[in-house]
Amino acid sequence: MRKHRYEATTGQADHARRKFLKGIGTVAVAAGTAHGARAAWGGETLGDAFADFFQKHYQRMTPAEIQETLRRIERKAKRRYGVDMQCSNTPPRGGVVFGYAINISKCRGYRDCVHACVKENNLSRDTQYIRVVEMPQGSLDLAQGDHYFEGEVPKEGKYYLPLQCMHCDNPPCVKACPIDATWMEPDGIVVVDYDWCFGCRYCMAACPYSARFFNWGQPDLPPEEINPDTHYLGNRPRPKGVVEKCHFCIQRTRNDRPPACHAACPTGARVFGNLLDPDSEIRYVLENKAVFRLKEELGTEPKLWYFRDT
Amino acid sequence: MPLLELFRDSLNEMRRGPLLYWMWVIALLAMIAFGLASYLDQLQQGLVVTNMTNQVSWGFYVANFTFLVGVAAAAVMLVIPAYIFDRKDIKDVVLMGDTTAIAAVTMAMLFVVVDLGRPDRFWHMIPGIGRFNFPTSMLAWDVVVLIGYLLLNFGISFYIVYSHYRGRQPRLALYLPFVLIAIFWAISIHTVTAFLYSANSGRIFWHTSLLAPRFIASAFASGPALMILGLKLIRTFSRYPVRHSVIDHLALTMTVALQITLFFLAVGLFTDFYNEGAHASSIRYLFFGLDGHAAMRRWIWTALSLLLTAVAILMIHPLKQSGALLNLACVATAVGVWIEKGMGLVIPGFVPTPTGEILEYAPNATEVGISIGVWGIGLLLFTLLAKAAIPIECGALRRADRPPAPAGSRGGAAVPAASPTSPESS
Repeated sequence: MRKHRYEATTGQADHARRKFLKGIGTVAVAAGTAHGARAAWGGETLGDAFADFFQKHYQRMTPAEIQETLRRIERKAKRRYGVDMQCSNTPPRGGVVFGYAINISKCRGYRDCVHACVKENNLSRDTQYIRVVEMPQGSLDLAQGDHYFEGEVPKEGKYYLPLQCMHCDNPPCVKACPIDATWMEPDGIVVVDYDWCFGCRYCMAACPYSARFFNWGQPDLPPEEINPDTHYLGNRPRPKGVVEKCHFCIQRTRNDRPPACHAACPTGARVFGNLLDPDSEIRYVLENKAVFRLKEELGTEPKLWYFRDT
Repeated sequence: MPLLELFRDSLNEMRRGPLLYWMWVIALLAMIAFGLASYLDQLQQGLVVTNMTNQVSWGFYVANFTFLVGVAAAAVMLVIPAYIFDRKDIKDVVLMGDTTAIAAVTMAMLFVVVDLGRPDRFWHMIPGIGRFNFPTSMLAWDVVVLIGYLLLNFGISFYIVYSHYRGRQPRLALYLPFVLIAIFWAISIHTVTAFLYSANSGRIFWHTSLLAPRFIASAFASGPALMILGLKLIRTFSRYPVRHSVIDHLALTMTVALQITLFFLAVGLFTDFYNEGAHASSIRYLFFGLDGHAAMRRWIWTALSLLLTAVAILMIHPLKQSGALLNLACVATAVGVWIEKGMGLVIPGFVPTPTGEILEYAPNATEVGISIGVWGIGLLLFTLLAKAAIPIECGALRRADRPPAPAGSRGGAAVPAASPTSPESS
């Protein structure tokens, strides 16, 4: 049995510390760019700051405007983090709707998925899209679960339930957003335009799965750990004051690569694929295993299923 | 230009006043400056300077917002008797109801603005250049009804004051349709604000059809409570004709609304606790604490004690007749509802989270500071508007080339307009 020990990183006890670290991050960024006239525009050139302010909604930009925006995002990453980043807008493919299934008999609570996600998606180091909950055998009541379990896993009498965005087919967060800053793409991925969101956080109140995260301060993103392969609707660095969430690793999955959490899982508990492809593994699971979804009764139609080996 | 003259005369009126007036204005300006300093810090650092978290993602700002929408809606408790039941005594003071509504809606909207992560992107909401998710998003609905209510109240009261300023009778046929719309609109603003919460089926604590009725009932208690206190102050400091019958009317409204509010609370407690299940975890957290976490317990029991004290005073006739005890009941009601519909409603919606986590929240100094600033802006707005409107309504301030004439129908003061000078400045 593998031995793993993970620290709880988002517990209440270290909440103050994380806030402190966020403050430090902001100061560090400010210090890094505090030379010349640039600092006056938040470490940007005047032209880029201007273009940022007037940037249109993603779905309203012309192809040329999108390209301009992507180049500007790359320039900003270079200035802020000193990283040569490629930001794409790979479109969805026809005939593809992504779905996920997790085998909770195989999940052992190692949290490799959690950490792979953080790294792949350039998450602020105090944010995790995936939460593995340690549940007592015999219960599906999340209130009985422990989000911050520590020590050797798996534990006797426990099973592990990874939570992340369910990419609901009827997403309450999308209905809630007053300015259409979040929507479902044709391939079923619920995305956020980080440059359009104005941070009211109504989507967070609306989400029944706690799957949305807010950038309370400047994200704490170590430049040397940045993944330079990014997507506009995915893992590009986020500004402060906006909401973000799991996007099924859009920068990978639209290029035929599995999500980072899927690739990282050491037990093979995760099944990802095209729900519209009758020969896909996910379709096999849905058709042959006793699958269930969390809070199905709410009618949000999650596209993430759970199942057990029997 | 009579309009420019009105602005000039109003500004003059706002600049004139006794020492007490100036002390009050300076105190409000100090509150605003204090709030502004905190807000600048929040703008620079982000909302990280607040105590809100991904678990409890709304806090003190949204709590104040919810309370103030209720206060704004409660202005109809003067408008309905004044226009539907044609109560002359209430017509005399109905303008102060509109002014309360204007100040309360302004504060409510400011509380939403200070809660935004990116206020610089506010323009994203403007239809045309931005994208407005109407009619799907309840927050979009709330923006529409709040702006509409502000315009209605401002339009109606401005027309009346402007007419009186020019020594004319406002034409009832011209503004009554808007008054009737405003009555329905008032109910709608608080209903929509309740829907903002009850729409979230993932948050069981809010997801109840009783929420909108509860909101309306408690608004009709807290609004009249604040209006009684305001009208009593205005009566002390000006010649504005606030009759005792108006106070009696508001106190009666408040009594009934408070009884219904407490009934609704009790109904909720019974339903959740008789067969207690997972659906009751938020209300258990609120009233008794959950797994050793009980930060909201003090708030809600304070609120409940205040509301019970108030309703006892209001229901025992000899007690209610005492001015001081009535004041106490008003303060208790306002503070009680502010807690019950503010923190007591918003925070348990997030505790526990839909995924079973318990993380507590209490506002920090920054959040309280910014909120003090917003309240300062609202109180200053009310003070300045009332300061200019009252002499006009009393017939003391008229356009220069017209003789002062006693005002008539709406807001028409019963006192003779003898002195051309402001009563406050003497």
